[in-house]
Amino acid sequence: MRASDLLHPRPEGLYCPAGDFFIDPVRPVARALVTHGHSDHARSGHGSVLATQGTLDVMALRLGPGFAGATQAASMGKPMKIGDAAVTFHPAGHVLGSAQIAVEHGGIRIVASGDYKRQPDATCTAFELVACDVFITEATFGLPVFRHPAASDEIASLLRSVEQFPERAHVVGAYALGKAQRVIRLIRDAGYDRPIYLHGALERISEYYQEAGVDLGPLEPATVDRSAKGDFTGAIVVGPPSAFADRWARRFPDPISCFASGWMRIRQRARQGGVELPLIISDHSDWDELTATIRETGAGEVWVTHGREEALVRWCQLEGIAARPLNLVGYEDEGD
Amino acid sequence: MNRFAELLDRLVLTPSRNGKLTLLRDYFRATPDPDRGLALAAITGDLSIAAVKPAMLRALVMERMDPILFGYSYDYVGDLAETISLVWPEPAEAPRDNAVPTLGDVVARLQAASRSDGPKVVAGLLDRLDVSARFAVIKLVTGGLRIGVSARLAKQALADFGKVDIVEIEELWHGLEPPYRALFAWLEGRAPKPEKGARALFRPVMLSNPVGDGDLDRLDPADYAAEWKWDGIRVQVSLEGGLRRLYSRTGDDISGAFPDLVEAMDFSGVIDGELLVGRPPEWTGTFSDLQQRLNRKTVAAKMRTKYPVFVRCYDLLQSGGEDLRALGFAKRRGELEQFVAALDPERFDLSPMVPFDDWQHLDRLRRAPPHPVVEGVMIKERRSPYLAGRPKGPWFKWKRDPYTVDAVLMYAQRGHGKRSSYYSDYTFGVWSGPEETPELVPVGKAYFGFTDEELRQIDKYVRDNTLERFGPVRSVRADRENGLVLEVAFEGLNRSQRHRSGVAMRFPRIARLRWDKPPAEADRIETLRAMLD
Repeated sequence: MRASDLLHPRPEGLYCPAGDFFIDPVRPVARALVTHGHSDHARSGHGSVLATQGTLDVMALRLGPGFAGATQAASMGKPMKIGDAAVTFHPAGHVLGSAQIAVEHGGIRIVASGDYKRQPDATCTAFELVACDVFITEATFGLPVFRHPAASDEIASLLRSVEQFPERAHVVGAYALGKAQRVIRLIRDAGYDRPIYLHGALERISEYYQEAGVDLGPLEPATVDRSAKGDFTGAIVVGPPSAFADRWARRFPDPISCFASGWMRIRQRARQGGVELPLIISDHSDWDELTATIRETGAGEVWVTHGREEALVRWCQLEGIAARPLNLVGYEDEGD
Repeated sequence: MNRFAELLDRLVLTPSRNGKLTLLRDYFRATPDPDRGLALAAITGDLSIAAVKPAMLRALVMERMDPILFGYSYDYVGDLAETISLVWPEPAEAPRDNAVPTLGDVVARLQAASRSDGPKVVAGLLDRLDVSARFAVIKLVTGGLRIGVSARLAKQALADFGKVDIVEIEELWHGLEPPYRALFAWLEGRAPKPEKGARALFRPVMLSNPVGDGDLDRLDPADYAAEWKWDGIRVQVSLEGGLRRLYSRTGDDISGAFPDLVEAMDFSGVIDGELLVGRPPEWTGTFSDLQQRLNRKTVAAKMRTKYPVFVRCYDLLQSGGEDLRALGFAKRRGELEQFVAALDPERFDLSPMVPFDDWQHLDRLRRAPPHPVVEGVMIKERRSPYLAGRPKGPWFKWKRDPYTVDAVLMYAQRGHGKRSSYYSDYTFGVWSGPEETPELVPVGKAYFGFTDEELRQIDKYVRDNTLERFGPVRSVRADRENGLVLEVAFEGLNRSQRHRSGVAMRFPRIARLRWDKPPAEADRIETLRAMLD
């Protein structure tokens, strides 16, 4: 059999006929396997969802408890039989609960890696390399210009700025699931122990991280009714990026807007967004991580999805690895 | 090098002046010599390094990576220096000594490089640096940091750092050389103030305050003289010990852009005056004319004939070897009149005095100046010495009333810092095209002139009437029936080829919000064009 008989795109998502399931489907299906809890991968309305316990918890938090007809928790590294296919979840290092899904049948192993990164991250289990015949990789940062520095260096520059501008508030934009908690954890690892103020949209998910054993230190809501305006002087506030353009941000004294994202590598992106202090911290692989991972999996064939497929396909060609873009619809190119 | 790179990264994204000053001051404090002085020179444009052409850098990177992957990268980033800094492959073998070069090392290597081995030296440096530092090196060798910091702002940061007045730094500046060790030693209190060099140094300029409410009521008109305030750029013309220099108001040496004037300098002394285009006494050109000559490195012969420059002289600071600054204005004026009489009349003329009886009389004169290139009157105390800076009292400027136009709000952009959650930068337009189907054409942008309360009102209006969003910018509903009319005040109009409307406003600000006015009744572009002629 050919690899494309084992897994291939359909309008609903990546489909496996041997097991009659979809991976990260974007439309409601009977049986879904979900790599991680970000909203473009984890949607509600499926008949049943198989995912790690972490991902199921996150989905319940964000989508409500009735997000699927039935759920089943997958253990990392334990093969399961679904129809004729063997399925194994492996850590992806992207956010809490995130997994790669290895699908095997007829002597072929395909790894659908979902979103993944190789940089250390204390808020989730580290990426595990899985040898395979076909590797399905994301390409969010699939251009040689994306090279993420060590996240700890970025946090060091944030803390330097906090010291340098004690009269202002540093307002850090970070996506609600994963990035925000990682940024907070990195700040703690750098020795900062004052309270960090949170936008309401981050509260429940951050609580969940704390319950799951990720120590985020003292967190307080960034609400005005409790504190007078001056109280945010010198503070670090974390919120979703969308909140910054909003009236919400007005409660902070002369804020310095920071944004934790891989996109901040490009100066013009920072400038357009009015970001004064870009923090190049990403939960996706950068170019060097993507290319190193492809090599290490030993895959003879690579399918490239959501992002800048053409550059990664070109790189594979130069390396003598068969590669093609996998045209899946519905994933956010901008997601990080 | 990493500190310098981080400084550049921060400065370019920091919009507020105070923020920039803090960053610069902290950098001067934390960085040792000679790096901080070299950084200062790089920012003020006083660092000379053999230039490497962008095409050369491109060739270097092509030797190291697949051209197609480079093409994808450059298309995405859009800036060559930034693309190269990002994609530059780290060498397989680490350099023998591991240390990251300092800014001093980098500058020394670049200055020692000949033209032919320049690219090789640059490549060797890029191999040893990280992304930010690579970007900084590329900016240094291609010339022009473009970080939104003027030489003046850098000097202000030095003044803050050493807790001295900026005029002290401006006065010394042209006698100093990078890396400015003596200057930093003085600013840190470790050494006495550096001696002034002997020749053609800049003398800090005396500035005026605007006339405020009731200011003049307390003053006796008989103690003051008045002259027209000409709309050019304030300059200092200095010829000492055979050295000819033309300085801007902030002490930048702009001699190179005005060879026609510099050639005509034939005296010994220092004149304070206004640089204008024209041929006195018949022709005094507009600021728009003068702009053709500003910010140029070289001047074509055609430019020199079409837009000749001259200096309209206001004051005499030095005559031969004698410093006149301690004398009263009236005495200096007497000296100036004699001095100018001996100069080339095509290049130097005297700013005429404006006799007046009382303040009401002067008020009438300033409102109806005799020449379009006059922007008001200057009022100077007859006995006042020439003082550096902007002392309160001896000199006033009394401008004619600004021009105003009724325009329609078209786009709004989010501000920065305190204003980052407000739509506070407004692009406005006036009507153009046929009377029946007019279209708005943008004529300017303003981000001040309104109160905090008005800002809240406009912000709400923008959010409630958004048509489209483009990143931080929103387009606002603006047609004949719906829209917000802004009364915009401005100081003058320039011709502009860069703007679709063909005009560019000087110093535009929001004078009033005209909630009452239907947008259809806002002004037309013809009204503005008529002001050009």
